[in-house]
Amino acid sequence: MGKFNKSGKKGMPELNTSSLPDLIFTLLFFFMIITTMREVTLKVQFKAPQATELEKLEKKSLVTFIYVGKPLQQYQAKMGGETRIQLNDKFEDVSAVQDYIYQERENMKEEDKPFMQVSLKVDRDTKMGIVTEVKQALRQAYALNINYSATRRE
Amino acid sequence: MARKKRETPGINSSSTADMAFILLIFFLVTTSMDTDAGLARRLPPPPDPNVKQQDNIVVKERNVLMVRLNKDNQLMVGSEYMEIGQLRAKAKEFIANPANMDNLPEKHLKNIPLLGGDCMVTEKHVISVQNDVGTSYQAYLDVQNELVAAYNELRNELAQAKFNKTYAQCEEDEQKAIRDFYPQKISEAEPKKYGGK
Repeated sequence: MGKFNKSGKKGMPELNTSSLPDLIFTLLFFFMIITTMREVTLKVQFKAPQATELEKLEKKSLVTFIYVGKPLQQYQAKMGGETRIQLNDKFEDVSAVQDYIYQERENMKEEDKPFMQVSLKVDRDTKMGIVTEVKQALRQAYALNINYSATRRE
Repeated sequence: MARKKRETPGINSSSTADMAFILLIFFLVTTSMDTDAGLARRLPPPPDPNVKQQDNIVVKERNVLMVRLNKDNQLMVGSEYMEIGQLRAKAKEFIANPANMDNLPEKHLKNIPLLGGDCMVTEKHVISVQNDVGTSYQAYLDVQNELVAAYNELRNELAQAKFNKTYAQCEEDEQKAIRDFYPQKISEAEPKKYGGK
């Protein structure tokens, strides 16, 4: 019964990989669409507070971020351990918030300006004193739509 | 001159997969997945320096719910201590005043056609949140969250009763009618320092 293994040297047929690039490209496009560019490198410790009544930030182009928290470990030697405000990539004072908002608003499209939104990313252990100062500055700058960044409580 | 048709050799494309992989990894590294969410609030416009501040705006005591937070994150609502878990129920009772109590906000007649004509609305109520400089942000956000939740629950209940769907599912004009019935009035006083830092 020598029916099987006639040739004895029939190796595996080679796998066709010509569609592999297409597969990877599909993955690539998927990730390009659902993710957003990281805009700034965080220089302050930020642990979001928790809440339940959350609303999503709809349009990223309308949103300006303000980070408030204690400086990260590697900056603490220079900046100290007090709570700081981070605008773009720099530590700033409360007095700089108003100018920052004006500047950001200048960079926005004319029709988008009334819908400007400010997302306050404040560390959960921050004291309210500095947050209130930031809020007063935002009021002065007429940036009235704000969003307290938070994560969903389970 | 007759030329023999030569076949072009196929370009070796076995490395396109690798190139695509590199691109993919680049995007994975530089982008972030997190969808940002948060508690949306609206700040009052800044006080006009030309207009003299009226300090003695008369608001009836029954129309105000004072919510105070001190530096140790203790909560005081009206004139009693309270845990954060009780705040929502208290706020709902205050906003809606279902039993028409004398010590809860007064009701005014308001014509909202979509809700069936004249309604009794507690439109003059104010929830005043006052916090200390030393209050922690999480505690502050908890209070804001509970108050917003109270409004959302009331609006949802009304939407269920009138339109048989949740507030989020309602049409734009229906939502506006409900907002007219339960206007969100959370005011934030200037922070004061209660006893030391």
